[in-house]
Amino acid sequence: MPTSIAFSVNGRPVEVTAEPEDTLLDVLRNQLGLTGARFGCGAGQCGACAVLVDGELKAACHMEIAAVAGAKVTTVEALSASNPPHPLIQAFLEKQAGQCGFCLNGILVSASLLLERNRHPSRAEIARALDWHLCRCGAHNRILDAIELAATRMKEPA
Amino acid sequence: MLPPSLEKTPTPARWVSFRPDRKVGLNVGKVEFGQGIATALTQIAAEELDVMPEQIAITFGDTERAPDEGLTVGSMSIEISGASVRLVCADVRRRFLDVAAERLSCRREDLAVDEGVIRRGRQSTGVDYWTLADVVDLDAPVAEDAPRKDPTAYRVVGKSAPRIDLPGKLAGGGFITDLRPEGLLHARVLRQPSPQARLQRLDEAAIRSAAHGEVEILREGDFVAALAPSESAAERAVAAAESVAVWDDPRRLTPEQQEAAWLRGQPAEDNVVGEPQTGPSGNRLHRATYSKPYLSHASMGPSVGLAQYVDGRLTVWSHTQGPYPLRDRIARAAGLPPEQVTLRHAQGSGCYGHNGADDAAFDAALIALRRPGPPIRVQWRREDEFGFEPVGSAMVVELAAELDEAGRPTSWTGEIWSGPHGNRSRLLAETALPGAKDAPQARPPSNRMFSGAVRNAPPSYDIPRWGVIDHLIRETPIYCSSVRTLGALQNVFAAESFVDELAALASEDPLAYRLSLTSDPRARAVLEAAAEVAGWSRRGGRALGIGYARYKNSGAYVAVIAEVEAAETVRLKHIWCASDIGLVINPDGAKNQIEGGILMAASWCLKEQVRLDERGIASRTFGDYPMLRFSEVPPVEVRLIETPDAPSVGIGEASSGPAAGAIGNAVASALGVRVRDLPFTRERLAAAILAA
Repeated sequence: MPTSIAFSVNGRPVEVTAEPEDTLLDVLRNQLGLTGARFGCGAGQCGACAVLVDGELKAACHMEIAAVAGAKVTTVEALSASNPPHPLIQAFLEKQAGQCGFCLNGILVSASLLLERNRHPSRAEIARALDWHLCRCGAHNRILDAIELAATRMKEPA
Repeated sequence: MLPPSLEKTPTPARWVSFRPDRKVGLNVGKVEFGQGIATALTQIAAEELDVMPEQIAITFGDTERAPDEGLTVGSMSIEISGASVRLVCADVRRRFLDVAAERLSCRREDLAVDEGVIRRGRQSTGVDYWTLADVVDLDAPVAEDAPRKDPTAYRVVGKSAPRIDLPGKLAGGGFITDLRPEGLLHARVLRQPSPQARLQRLDEAAIRSAAHGEVEILREGDFVAALAPSESAAERAVAAAESVAVWDDPRRLTPEQQEAAWLRGQPAEDNVVGEPQTGPSGNRLHRATYSKPYLSHASMGPSVGLAQYVDGRLTVWSHTQGPYPLRDRIARAAGLPPEQVTLRHAQGSGCYGHNGADDAAFDAALIALRRPGPPIRVQWRREDEFGFEPVGSAMVVELAAELDEAGRPTSWTGEIWSGPHGNRSRLLAETALPGAKDAPQARPPSNRMFSGAVRNAPPSYDIPRWGVIDHLIRETPIYCSSVRTLGALQNVFAAESFVDELAALASEDPLAYRLSLTSDPRARAVLEAAAEVAGWSRRGGRALGIGYARYKNSGAYVAVIAEVEAAETVRLKHIWCASDIGLVINPDGAKNQIEGGILMAASWCLKEQVRLDERGIASRTFGDYPMLRFSEVPPVEVRLIETPDAPSVGIGEASSGPAAGAIGNAVASALGVRVRDLPFTRERLAAAILAA
């Protein structure tokens, strides 16, 4: 039965009507117009749909909407919509960290969580934090460069 | 001679327009899929028109607006589309200056353009592209002799430019999968397990009940689609359909068929290039056999197609590599005249060749034709993409060289067993429709030099005599088409492994041996540069391997050196590359492509193989088809060697073969035994060590 489910996305309260087992990814993309989380595998194996749910990294393709009732969901759109945008965005553009770009939004979400928890990650720690994510174009090194650059900037006083 | 794209569409107005918003509209037929072609072509147009890159708005792959440039394949966009854009923009600029000169009663040579404004000396003339747009004729065919800018005067070309599409993609949009036209219906297709499979029973009530929501089941012959306003409901419906569908599928595959070696026993059509040595030889001979398995594109986003059929007009949105060819094939299959079909390109994730894009577009078109009105969006699942996209053919390459007393080849003979590469005559769903004959095997192109398996089969070295015998196996167990590099990955992997073996037989250093076979100064320069950055001569006990090729024997020169650690498994420690790609349009963009080609090859070499079971492709998830992960990726350093006087050549595919050769040679150096079959899995390494 369609059910009304309330939660917050990027700090904004929302209420949607959906089947409880509809995926969070479906609701984000089709009901809320947030297309940043992307469908890559439907099984939580590639990281393209990564979002934060109450501060934890989750695969939105693999999560039922009923499970986010009352939760705080953060998507990649929060990083570019904030003012100023998250330092990761500028760093990814400066390093041209990407080719097709399909994997990047999930990676940005993971990286933002990493930098929140660890302001001084080593390159190996960044790579480990991204190991869930697949990038087919081979932009890995640029992505690592960009996250290192953002980490350096976030260390500096504003 | 005009570049092929201009031969077909010589009218400048089809390429360039001056829009009311004071932008320059640039229409091209090549398409963007993450390789940066839109940015590079924008740079070329900005350069010749003397406008800022920001003033250009590029549209690609729209059959209502863009010129027909065929397929975006084979690292040819810069060579062909780039040359076309350059010439057409140079001609457009001249036409405007001619009109301006007449108005201002001066000579064309006295005028210049700056950001689209026409100047005389330092003074603005008060006219610009936009004010003159109505009076300048852009319909007369492009002139071959239009004065193109001297490369020494370039300000935009040759400088790194950021990708124009990246900001939008980082902000959450930019892809076909993000399109949400009003009134959209989500669709999923139940895939016919094989072209011969016939649907015996389908319990539609069970599907409806599992969907939990409004769902429409469209069934025609063996083609079944679920349509729903809710994407999750469509997904649940097709999952249920998959479990309740009863198929009669006569096809039975065997485990041997997933291995390249199976190809050697199959009926083949043979084609000979060059002069192979086939008879007995009085000289010393070295012979070795190498293989690669079937490979998936493994695009990050499974394919998507959108279509809408209104008032007898079909509009299709697709991330295809070939908007016009796909439009024509869809029109033919649908029985519509091509003029009633519009194909609009929308970006997908990286495709690296012929993935499921065209087939998903055809799915959407089929459904839209049967369900006129709403836009239909077909999203393939990950299992559909891995299970039903065309794959890159497995290949076996046997090389034989006759050697002189110094251990250098006097002849070089390659024998190739491969399925087709580049095979676009099939649309997946066709065999599911009523009236479809049993699996009409699509015929690959007859022109064998373009069939793909022989790409880079001729050696990239000075060898007095060479020849290739190409055995094309049309009946492969799974449908094969183009994957990045076609046959070049395997041919270069084999050749570079083989050259290292020849160097060892001659007791020579692999770099010195290669240089002794190479008189081309550009080839020598990339080999020496790669060796310098990698510290080849000071390598000590490090396990380094080198790989080199000139892509297609006529394009980019690439040398790669890899450092590995190998015992039970291979760990990549570092990769260095030097490349000469002629005049560089966008240095950072070029490096990005070269890096990507290297890392894709690294993933192929270490991890990838499409696996079969008796029903078809069994590796249908990222769990079954592992790829290189972040913590396994080595640092990659790329050095571009400047040769601005040489024509620009493509780079998207040029680095993968040399990278595979370098990794193979580094693994051999680390293990002390050679592994001649990809991928270098734990089992393969153990078997090679045991056999040694």
